[in-house]
Amino acid sequence: MAADNSVLLGLVEEFVSGQVDSKAAETSTGVKNGQFTILQLVEALGVSLSSSQPQTRGRGVQLLSQVLQECYSSLSEREVEVLLAFYENRLKDHYVIIPHVLQGLKALTKCSVLPPGSAVSVLKSIFQDIHVQSLMLAERSCVYNILISLMESKEEELKGLGADFIFGFVQSVDGERDPRNLLLAFQVARNIIQRGYDLGKFVEELFEVMSCYFPIDFSPPPSDPRGITQEELVLSLRAVLTGTSQFAEFLLPLIIEKLDSDIQSAKVDSLQTLAACGLTYSHKELAEFLPGLWSSIRREVSQTASERVESAGLSALSALVSCLSRSVLNSDSEDVLQVFLSLVLKDCQHHLCEPDLKLVWPSAKLLQAAAGASYRASLIVSAAIIPALLEQYNNRTQCAHRRTLLEVLQGFVQPTALSRPADGEDSVLVAFQQSLCGVVFSALTESSAGLQVTATRVLSALGQQPGLMAQTDVEKAVDHLSRLILEEDDPKLSSAVVECSGSLAHLHPKAFISRLIPRLKEEILSGQSDAAVRQRCVTALASVSSLASVVQESTPVLLQVLASAHTGSCGFSVEEVAAVCISLQKIAEHARDSEEIGRFFHDIIIPHLLGLCLQAALQTRDAGHSSPLTDEAVLSAIVPVMSTACAALRSESASRMAAQAVSLFLDGDVSFLPENAFPSKIQLLQSRAESGGLSQLVCLLMACVCSLPRSVEIPEIDRLLLQLEDLSCTCTHLFSFTSAAKCFAGLVNKRPAGEALDAVLERVMKRISVELENTSSGQRTQAFTLLLWLFALLSDPTLGSQAADGFGVLMSDCLDVLNRGCHADVRIMYRQRFFAENSTKLVQGFNSAEQEKKSCYLKALSHIVSNLPRQVQLTELPALLPLLLEALSCADQAVQLSTLSCLQPVLLEPPEALRNQLEALFSRLLALTTSPAMKVRIASLQCVHALSRLPEHTVLPFRARVLKALAVPLDDKKRLVRKEAVAARAEWFLLGSPGGR
Amino acid sequence: MSGGTRLENANPLIFQRSGERLLTATDEDEDVADPIDDREIFDLIRSINDPEHPLSLEELNVVEQMRVNVNDRESMVSVEFTPTIPHCSMATLIGLSIKVKLLRSLPDRFKIDVHITPGTHASEDAVNKQLADKERVAAALENSQLLEVVNQCLSTRTM
Repeated sequence: MAADNSVLLGLVEEFVSGQVDSKAAETSTGVKNGQFTILQLVEALGVSLSSSQPQTRGRGVQLLSQVLQECYSSLSEREVEVLLAFYENRLKDHYVIIPHVLQGLKALTKCSVLPPGSAVSVLKSIFQDIHVQSLMLAERSCVYNILISLMESKEEELKGLGADFIFGFVQSVDGERDPRNLLLAFQVARNIIQRGYDLGKFVEELFEVMSCYFPIDFSPPPSDPRGITQEELVLSLRAVLTGTSQFAEFLLPLIIEKLDSDIQSAKVDSLQTLAACGLTYSHKELAEFLPGLWSSIRREVSQTASERVESAGLSALSALVSCLSRSVLNSDSEDVLQVFLSLVLKDCQHHLCEPDLKLVWPSAKLLQAAAGASYRASLIVSAAIIPALLEQYNNRTQCAHRRTLLEVLQGFVQPTALSRPADGEDSVLVAFQQSLCGVVFSALTESSAGLQVTATRVLSALGQQPGLMAQTDVEKAVDHLSRLILEEDDPKLSSAVVECSGSLAHLHPKAFISRLIPRLKEEILSGQSDAAVRQRCVTALASVSSLASVVQESTPVLLQVLASAHTGSCGFSVEEVAAVCISLQKIAEHARDSEEIGRFFHDIIIPHLLGLCLQAALQTRDAGHSSPLTDEAVLSAIVPVMSTACAALRSESASRMAAQAVSLFLDGDVSFLPENAFPSKIQLLQSRAESGGLSQLVCLLMACVCSLPRSVEIPEIDRLLLQLEDLSCTCTHLFSFTSAAKCFAGLVNKRPAGEALDAVLERVMKRISVELENTSSGQRTQAFTLLLWLFALLSDPTLGSQAADGFGVLMSDCLDVLNRGCHADVRIMYRQRFFAENSTKLVQGFNSAEQEKKSCYLKALSHIVSNLPRQVQLTELPALLPLLLEALSCADQAVQLSTLSCLQPVLLEPPEALRNQLEALFSRLLALTTSPAMKVRIASLQCVHALSRLPEHTVLPFRARVLKALAVPLDDKKRLVRKEAVAARAEWFLLGSPGGR
Repeated sequence: MSGGTRLENANPLIFQRSGERLLTATDEDEDVADPIDDREIFDLIRSINDPEHPLSLEELNVVEQMRVNVNDRESMVSVEFTPTIPHCSMATLIGLSIKVKLLRSLPDRFKIDVHITPGTHASEDAVNKQLADKERVAAALENSQLLEVVNQCLSTRTM
């Protein structure tokens, strides 16, 4: 013990008189370890704490405070009480000591064992003895932190202090300027307001001391290490100002005043603060200021050119209206909402009726914001506005005017989340139902496409609200829509019509089944209409089919199209057939949400598709007549239909699907196909002799089995794998063997890891290395091994380039087999790992390779890099930069393009390493701007454009050279190239020029 | 509108912006040469900022596609612009901005003629003469204050 004491005395001595700061840390470690107690420390400090030299006393207090900061949690209540009394007393001491005293107090107030009454006494002494604003920044922050921790732990005691606490706080904050401390002060004020402290008679004082910062204008210094943003300050001040309705009488006039400001951010802030007020205030606080607020909001919305001010103004108005709608009516007082809305209506309504419609949009937006705030408000506004709008519409004859009016109307028809009628309430538009439908139908028959587009939007909005369209109206609407689909060829209009049909069909399937589908079917299969009309019909069919009942009607039509394409009766082109398949795929996507649709696809559509394709393939083999269904483009379009549908199958039907597909392809079991007229023993996976024909149907097998969930057991998988392997290695037809290889990869991917999988892989590897036939067979699990092998190929001059493309295949997401949608097992970050494992080898290989083989390595590298996620690219690129620059001067255009595309995002945030390479970079990029390939020219110009954003001093030396070089592509023969050249050259002209940047 | 100097035309009529040019299949085709046409020239100048309003020349209807004429084979471009009011003092500056934009964006084989739509400005001839004079345009761009204003008109707007 005596030894410890002498150690402690030594430490204290060295800290206080020896000025060795590191001794404080040693002391606190000692206290924490239990080597000394706080009491011993205080005793050891005795002499210095009572010294007559303020510096010595300061040093003593500093040591004690620093130790307390480390070990405040282990203090007992008794110790805290004594220490607090000491520190409170020291607050009256010499000014050099105060900073250390406050540090100590801050540590003590964080204690969990504060004795009762201590919070009050600490605060009283701080407020009495210290003038906070004359302290330094760090000490002021100490005071706020003391307040915050006391408010956390001793809320009751502080509330007991009453208004004195508020007064003390107001006094200590008054004049604070540092943003860091302001954030703390705002936090204290927010606590005061939200936790229900009694503000007493200091409401106005507290408001004044806080509102003097409103609206906040703060731009952080460049390279600000503290990271305080204007946004943070604005939000925390707003929480204080709008936290209580007691501030209303001061805040609202302030907002009205600040809205007159010329600074845009001040206006936006004021409007957003007003919107926040709407949540806490009631109509009593607002009533007096409503006319003033309204005229300010109206002025801002109708005069501003900035969308931010406009949207802030509109949301402020809607917050006000919804606040008023919440008010409880007294029997004797008038309805404040009614009064306010009649003011709004009086100012806005006449603009909707003026002949030139000049201010129609600002007024309409204001009215819509008011109407959207609550159900009651929308009742009042619609009752006044909709008849006026309808009358206007009928009086106008110009299409442009009618369109504007209809667009305005659309805003009122669409209810917002707040104004939606509750259960049991009717839509506000019920009274105008008849005339609204009339107007929409008359607009649909107009000749202007713009007007018709707007009308379809209003129609969908009407259809979505119950009770606004009677059965006859729905039927009429469907008739109009089918007429538009058949007759109108404006692309914007037809996409609007298709969208509208889709949304209506979801709610009124019956009308669409009975009216639209038969008409479209007739049109498609009549064989007389031209391709564009048929295409529109097919798209429309796809978009209305979102419910099972509609799907059951629409998909047979599409199947019929495929069947008649197969027989060649209606003269469908390959493109049309592929488009039909795309529509089927869109419908298949709904199977994910509805089991019924999934079952329908499983039972009817997939067997039919398989049957048709099989028929087509057999017919081609036997008769030589070629059906569109044997075309590779069509088959590749059918694949996503099946895989989308299969991916959505539930477990039972999924395993049935797998069994059926496997038995069809392995054993030629055709029993589940419709129109059972196939020869009994078809060998689908065996046909190796002829080109294509039956073997290409293996892509359909891939579509069925590879997208099933991983849990589904695939029967006879070993035999299947063997046959697929055979097919992919021996078949000479490109489409067949790639599909077989993809299917193989998909199946391997789904198998659980284990001996069986390893055996399969080993066998494949052996075979591949013997045959070197097909470089894309395995894709994921065997990626690494296969890659090493691919890697060996890079130095083989003939196969090198093909192998480099293999890297591209591995790195890009494969659309049809290996993606998450098909339940494939995609390991996270496999690209990054792949990159990490292989890039160094590639770089080494590049360095050791002979001149003519280097391009293969560059190609592989650029494939890998351009498929990496952006973040990884950014971190890895500095190291690879020299190689990529080399790749830019490589003659292969594909390499140039992929290198440019990975360089461009990097140039937006250039790494340090780039600075030294600018000379090389510029000369290569500028040379590429005259490349023979258009895409390379465009990409290189985009890179040159991006370079103009680099810091001025680094790129200014190149300005003249770039401007001269860019004059050449200005006269390029392709417009897209000229466009990029113009954009890049304009930026380079602005660089370093007055008024530029 | 409060404080500062008063604008000459404080409340101009605002016109709709036309959309981006639609891409066609021939635009993507490497082998087809696309001639420079009226729309392309119009696209170059429609986004120029007005010197006193936060609006583009297209929104103020100062430039219109029908007032742009280009002949790619003979390397001639002629642009007419319409000041918003007949006494607009900014007319020369607007014309200069259009001229500079075209000089920077077109190959140097083109002869560029920028002038005021006949009958829309009080001192039409004087302005046209200034804009046609090569030496005066070059001298104007030596003046750093003038260049600053022109560059501001030509810089892409950030909203």
